[in-house]
Amino acid sequence: MKQPWSGALVAGALAFSATAMAAPPTAAMLSNACAGCHGTHGGSYGPSMPSLASQSKTAIVEAMKKFKTGERPSSIMGRLAKGYTDADFEAMGEFFSKQKFHATSQITDVAKVKKGADLQEANCSRCHLDEGKDGKDDTPVMASQWLPYLQMQMDLYQSGKRKMPEKMAEKVKPLSKEDLDALIHFYAAQK
Amino acid sequence: MTLDRRSFIKILGSASGVALAGCAGAPAVVSGSANEMLAKTGRRVVVVGGGYGGTIAAKYIRMMDKSIEVVLVERNDHFVSCPFSNLYIGGIIKDLTPLTIKYDKLVSNHGVKFVQAEVTAIDPATHTVVTSKGTLTYDRLVVSPGVDFRLEEMKGYDDNAMQVMPHAWKAGPQTVLLRKQLEAMKDGGTVVMSAPLAPYRCPPGPYERASMISHYLKQHKPKSKLILLDANPDVTSKGPLFKKGWKENYAGIFEYRGAKKVTEVDVKGMAVLVEGLEDVKGSVINVIPPQRAGRVAVAAGLVGDDKNWCPVNATTFESTKQKDIHVIGDACIAGAMPKSGYSANSEAKVCAANVVALMNGKETVDLSGINVCYSYITDDQAISVAGVYTVKDGKIVGVPNSGGVSPADYSMAKTEAIYAHSWLKNILAEMST
Ligand SMILES: Cc1cc2nc3c(=O)[nH]c(=O)nc-3n(C[C@H](O)[C@H](O)[C@H](O)COP(=O)(O)OP(=O)(O)OC[C@H]3O[C@@H](n4cnc5c(N)ncnc54)[C@H](O)[C@@H]3O)c2cc1C
Ligand code: HEC
Ligand code: HEC
Repeated sequence: MKQPWSGALVAGALAFSATAMAAPPTAAMLSNACAGCHGTHGGSYGPSMPSLASQSKTAIVEAMKKFKTGERPSSIMGRLAKGYTDADFEAMGEFFSKQKFHATSQITDVAKVKKGADLQEANCSRCHLDEGKDGKDDTPVMASQWLPYLQMQMDLYQSGKRKMPEKMAEKVKPLSKEDLDALIHFYAAQK
Repeated sequence: MTLDRRSFIKILGSASGVALAGCAGAPAVVSGSANEMLAKTGRRVVVVGGGYGGTIAAKYIRMMDKSIEVVLVERNDHFVSCPFSNLYIGGIIKDLTPLTIKYDKLVSNHGVKFVQAEVTAIDPATHTVVTSKGTLTYDRLVVSPGVDFRLEEMKGYDDNAMQVMPHAWKAGPQTVLLRKQLEAMKDGGTVVMSAPLAPYRCPPGPYERASMISHYLKQHKPKSKLILLDANPDVTSKGPLFKKGWKENYAGIFEYRGAKKVTEVDVKGMAVLVEGLEDVKGSVINVIPPQRAGRVAVAAGLVGDDKNWCPVNATTFESTKQKDIHVIGDACIAGAMPKSGYSANSEAKVCAANVVALMNGKETVDLSGINVCYSYITDDQAISVAGVYTVKDGKIVGVPNSGGVSPADYSMAKTEAIYAHSWLKNILAEMST
């Protein structure tokens, strides 16, 4: 029997000079590292970790830039975003935007969802298109997003820690706490 | 040809004396494929170990190239996560169900072939893995066996001693045993923990455990004490944050003692000995022994000059000792990436991409890695350390000015405690769906 490596085995050590050159990280290489928190291909099993699958590319890129500068408050994303360049953000945004939509089955309040549908139509549909299923430019997809995550983000907006786009603030300010809760239930329930 | 397990290992062992350390038989001719338990038809990767690293390597290789057969070999039919096992020990999580995963979905969703067996030897020369159920040949092998203990450095700490003074550093029955002992202890008792010199599995792990045991004592046995004897001169991870958390929550209950290396246990006297001299008695004793790569990696000649950990190529995670064998997770030396579940997950994906590239004659791709470790201080406060990694001059290094620890004032601790639960859910889902 041939044992091509047996000499090396006896010597006990052999340094393999494999792959002196390797290509720089691909979009998949960069993005797969995020999946330990956001789920495989960005499909989160929740309940507070947001899905990134089929998110708007620009929304991801903008979020990452704001995390990096600290403009958008975060518990962990700021520290991570500092490890990447704008080109990395583009690559990861592209990768996640192309993944299959991750529908979630969450427990939502039927009455709230119904109320939220009307509120969305009247107040938010100009930007959050197609019941939150469509993310246009920097406006994120919110359909099927995890309820506790949306609640935490709403709290950040309300406390002023996360800055709302001016035009969104105009629509959000007049609404009651109950209204906003209904809206969030509505988005979480969309598939 | 049928052979029982022992006689087969004997034959193979003599064919590859190096693979089976200490077995210096005369070379005999043996064909690895004759006892193949699954006939190898096409290209095959065998993955050893179905934990944080192995499951992800198996799944991602299949996701990246369905034409490669992947066989995952694991000794158990399920896996219990070490992450969050400290919360179970602290009484915050009531049972191990949320920490337990099965392998069936890796099979049904991704076509991974699962073999429940003990890997007893690896023969790099014949590309053969010897298991308790037969042999498997491979084109490439991914090894993610986690750690085993350097028991020779902890006098008296044998299988029997582990039943008296659990390590609970591999989750499962040991975790349950430690929890039961804490529950059974009378109020006013002393719990003693020992932590080994770095490097070991999960740098912040002993300190999170100390926090969780203290949490339990504070809630249920407030007259009791916990002493952590740390072989390291000081807290090895998130030091200032842990110390602040201990001071604010566990003053009078928890005492940290640095530079106290436990080298011996006295099971009868219920004591541990620091440097073989000073003995510290406890009602409950949790010994975390020094560690090295899982013994199967040692036997396969994968460990480096330190005899403990496996040196690897920073891009492909291919062993620098044995060709066509990749080592990931706790067992490998991954430069700046710590020995954590998140690192193992991240390394597995880098390894998978490059195993697929190598098997297809394509260019390999440099690592981009992440580590995040959450540690609970109380039931609703957690702190974290994060890192983003890249390769520089053939070494895995942190990206400058990135990562770091949670804010020193604990302003994010409650938020992080919420997100950490979802981290566990997602990383376990990654491993099992
Ligand atoms: C108390 C504690 C808390 C922790 N908390 C965290 C945390 O919060 N976050 C974090 O990221 N990390 C944490 N860790 C670290 C984490 O558990 C490890 O880093 C991770 O499990 C390493 O993955 P691995 O694949 O190398 O090994 P493992 O996950 O241990 O997997 C190894 C697998 O291989 C199998 N195996 C070994 N040898 C053989 C053999 N010969 N034949 C067949 N099967 C075999 C084992 O049964 C096991 O299933 C913690 C660790 C501990 C102890
Ligand atoms: C340790 C877990 C963890 C890792 C790893 C992680 N994230 Fe996050 N991500 C979070 C959390 C938690 C939030 C909420 C903001 C915060 O508190 O940091 C978040 C929020 C986000 C958001 C905002 C989503 C939205 O809809 O507003 C984006 C985009 C994002 N992460 C992208 C990434 C990318 C890209 C990576 C990989 C480079 C990554 N994340 C890695 C935990 C993680
Ligand atoms: C003028 C356009 C506009 C309007 C109107 C608008 N939004 Fe937004 N919304 C945005 C943009 C842009 C973002 C992302 C900006 C950022 O980084 O905060 C956003 C983000 C959000 C988020 C955070 C999602 C995430 O993944 O982090 C929530 C929740 C939200 N909007 C709710 C609402 C609700 C509810 C309404 C209606 C009451 C509304 N928005 C109206 C543009 C708008």
